[in-house]
Amino acid sequence: MSKQEWPLYEVFIRSKAGLSHRHAGSLHAADDQMALSNARDTYTRRSEGVSLWVVRSDRIVASDPTETSAFFEPAEDKIYRHPTFYEIPEGVENL
Amino acid sequence: MSADQTLIAYTLRLADNALILAQRMIELVAAEPELEEELANANFALDYIGQARMLYSHAGELEGNGRSEDEFAFMRDEHEFRNLLLLEQPNGHFGDALVRQFLFEAFYLHLLEALIACSDQGLSEIAARAIKEVKYHNRHSAQWLVRLGDGTEFSRERVQASLDNAWRYTGEMFTGDDIDVAFQRDFDGPNLNAIRDLWKRDVERTVTEATLRLPDEQWMVSGGKQGQHSEHFGFLLAEMQYLQRSFPSATW
Repeated sequence: MSKQEWPLYEVFIRSKAGLSHRHAGSLHAADDQMALSNARDTYTRRSEGVSLWVVRSDRIVASDPTETSAFFEPAEDKIYRHPTFYEIPEGVENL
Repeated sequence: MSADQTLIAYTLRLADNALILAQRMIELVAAEPELEEELANANFALDYIGQARMLYSHAGELEGNGRSEDEFAFMRDEHEFRNLLLLEQPNGHFGDALVRQFLFEAFYLHLLEALIACSDQGLSEIAARAIKEVKYHNRHSAQWLVRLGDGTEFSRERVQASLDNAWRYTGEMFTGDDIDVAFQRDFDGPNLNAIRDLWKRDVERTVTEATLRLPDEQWMVSGGKQGQHSEHFGFLLAEMQYLQRSFPSATW
């Protein structure tokens, strides 16, 4: 029997209510339902999460590594975009 | 048989089911066709070992002679084990093991549901914990059955054969003997006839979805619950008990 690789899926886990889903890793599965089951069995064995997303890796649109300079470097010398020029009033804890 | 003895015997049957199925599943560790399936199977086997441990401890406490879970698991002989014949059957190929899992868990799910309502608090608590695990296993194996049945011509043919072969072991799950009857009467235990109807309904639904055919009514093998096992069982025990038999009470 010929061995055909199952498609790759990316797994995202929400570790607790209120936090956003974070990328946890990837896995192979024959279809979407199996991907969800496999994600549960592979990535949440030690109570890592309360919610799971899976998405086929080839459906993700990613930025091109060779274009990093055009994509991200222009932001590096624009320090005025960071809110670092303000004095934080006393008593404000989370800003 | 006193009510206490009934409860101990009934608890040991449940424990033996969990342990022997776990042992068969453990034989598949490092032999699954895909890494993800490998992890799922090992997780499920560990769920069953957890259940077996709780059940043996409970039986040990009820018995009151200080027998430990290890003594129940590793120091009893073939005829003292009371697991269902279905669970000791060899793994065969992926479809065979899957069908065994599916047919048993479709039953076990309803059994646990009924056990939550039984009057023994220990069993009720163990059942409430186990049912969450088994619900997930059941979903997993039902999905696989549909995938294989409604898959290719080849997978369909093979899994139909697995279903036909395993079918003769399913009757035993619903054939109540004295212990089942006494447990139902004295401890508000499961009604096996009602569970058979639920099981039939669930199995039929998934089998139909998988475009497979339910096997015909046929002669059913039984005896596991009374300690009469198939020829495979001695080999299973030999492997499982080897260490404790060779080095009694070895620890590490």
